[in-house]
Amino acid sequence: MTSNNKFLSLLIPVISVILGLIAGAIIMLFSGYNPIDGYLALWRGAFGDAFTIGETIRRITPLILTGLAVAFAFRTGLFNIGAEGQVIVGWLAAVWVGLAVDAPMIIHLPLAVLAGGIAGGIWGFVPGLLKAKIGVHEVIVTIMMNYIALFITNEIIRSVLTDHATKTDRIPETASLSSEWLQTLTFYSRLHYGILIALFAAAVMWFLIQRTTIGYELKAVGFNQHASKYAGMNVSKNIILSMVIAGGFAGLAGAMEGLGTYGNISVMSGFTNLGFDGIAVALLGANNAFGVVLAAILFGVLKEGAGEMPTGAGVPTELVDIIIALIIFFVASSYIIRWVILRFKKEGK
Amino acid sequence: MIDALQSIIPTVLFYSAPLILTALGGVFSERSGVVNIGLEGLMVMGAFVGIVFSLTFEDVFGSMTPWLAILAAAIVGGIFSVIHAVASVSFNANQVVSGVAINMLALGIGVYLTKQWYGKGQTDMVDGFFRTDIPILSEIPLIGPIFFERIYATSYVAIILAFIAWYILYKTSFGLRLRAVGEHPMAADTNGINVYKMRYVAVIISGVLGGLGGSVFALTIVSNFSHSTIVGQGFMALAAVIFGKWHPLGAMGAALFFGLAQSLSIVGSGIPLLQDIPQVFLLIAPYVLTILALAGVIGRADAPRANGVPYIKGSR
Repeated sequence: MTSNNKFLSLLIPVISVILGLIAGAIIMLFSGYNPIDGYLALWRGAFGDAFTIGETIRRITPLILTGLAVAFAFRTGLFNIGAEGQVIVGWLAAVWVGLAVDAPMIIHLPLAVLAGGIAGGIWGFVPGLLKAKIGVHEVIVTIMMNYIALFITNEIIRSVLTDHATKTDRIPETASLSSEWLQTLTFYSRLHYGILIALFAAAVMWFLIQRTTIGYELKAVGFNQHASKYAGMNVSKNIILSMVIAGGFAGLAGAMEGLGTYGNISVMSGFTNLGFDGIAVALLGANNAFGVVLAAILFGVLKEGAGEMPTGAGVPTELVDIIIALIIFFVASSYIIRWVILRFKKEGK
Repeated sequence: MIDALQSIIPTVLFYSAPLILTALGGVFSERSGVVNIGLEGLMVMGAFVGIVFSLTFEDVFGSMTPWLAILAAAIVGGIFSVIHAVASVSFNANQVVSGVAINMLALGIGVYLTKQWYGKGQTDMVDGFFRTDIPILSEIPLIGPIFFERIYATSYVAIILAFIAWYILYKTSFGLRLRAVGEHPMAADTNGINVYKMRYVAVIISGVLGGLGGSVFALTIVSNFSHSTIVGQGFMALAAVIFGKWHPLGAMGAALFFGLAQSLSIVGSGIPLLQDIPQVFLLIAPYVLTILALAGVIGRADAPRANGVPYIKGSR
């Protein structure tokens, strides 16, 4: 039975993705496009040449980190819908340190990356604390924290970092993650070293969760708070710790954007959506570090490839957003997929 | 003083109407035990339908167009919310996840169809609603000019609906059942209430009101539809639900208060005292206050007991 369950939990994401892509094809068909042309354009947009491959990897980088941010909290039974805000403050802090500090690269770059992680961690600390000490639901607090992050960051960009400009200067080379080698390799895409940090973070999460006492306690609290408390674990400490680490991952995602892709920060009229996409990534990746990487690759490919669909097949890029939303629905409703599979199996016997 | 009030109050009513409507939707859904993060998406859908309807039928219906447009948006919002209901009530999906998906889906569909039908990322402008004087009431001295002159009628529709929602939830047996389902579904089920049916109805009502709120926002405030028409109003409405302690009139009060904060950040520069407050404080006020309310600094806000928990017959 257990092996059966494992098989099912692998099968459900795959089925959901296939259903999502089929739904996308049907939508294209109904709006008068050729689905094969559409998906071929998507493929070209993601893997067409060295440049697009570089851009695809660049897009996958922050998605891995926000996916980890959501997945990590989920392991402790917390829903971190606030990755969005944590990304923004991480981005701001990384760029801020990048601009304000003057140091050789070996100090400057790690410092700026770390600043992003810490800022995200602080942004996760607040909902963690409120959840642990007063029992306030983290979903609501993290949503509110998203907006607070957005407005405060915009204000800081306008009044502190610049003189009423809409974007900051570029960070100096000593704080930059961009790499000439990776860029020449990919026809000058914006690919940067951040992907290594993201993969490393995934490995850290796997190690922390699977191989350490801290991870064991975090998971235990996620499974059953009362039992964990009875076993002598400090439940509040674990809840706060989980949110801080989760926030740290998301903050790193912001640092990737600030130090790698853009090299600066601009006033935002809305969210980056990296955090919300992180929810999709975590869900599809079954909150598992390896699964998160795979899911981030899939969504990164879909999102980057979408850029080619309007020119290549006339299909609006938003089709991919619809597909991703549907995939989330299918995974979330896995209850019914499970039920159908088991039903078929029974009848097959 | 009166001049200041005359410039603030109509703006407050103008900004809070969509929030009140959507927040009422949130109250219905959450009171029945279904968390609705998807309010944002329902507003997007409402805004999209409201604008498209207006653009398509402006010539046919003339001045009645905006009213029919919000009606259409309410109907489509109700239908769209069925997706959330199916996922979270029948399929036991995580309601927060389903809500997030609703938000993505609504924006995806809205912008996709806008590009498909109009060949560009945003629609043309529509006329929408106009400010009018409310007959008779605007003649009242003092109060008339402040509350009833040059005002959007939709603001009063929202306020009246808040009272209707209160009546339905607290004075009818339907409302009692809806709240029972959100507090203790098993007890409600034992008493012969169909938990699934009540939750479906509640979610659909939230879709209708969310669609209404989104279309009113689009037709009074922005006048067109694009990916940035609704940015966060749905989440602010959700904040109003909680700040208003899951009570229709409380939600209305919270929405009016948030509307005040928003309008102060716009008209505040003309008012002494207020012009010294940096705008950012007014922008974050609704969100900070909601967190404080939840933290118990401003009275306790307790969610309906079974909020967010799928009901599975026979399980304890």
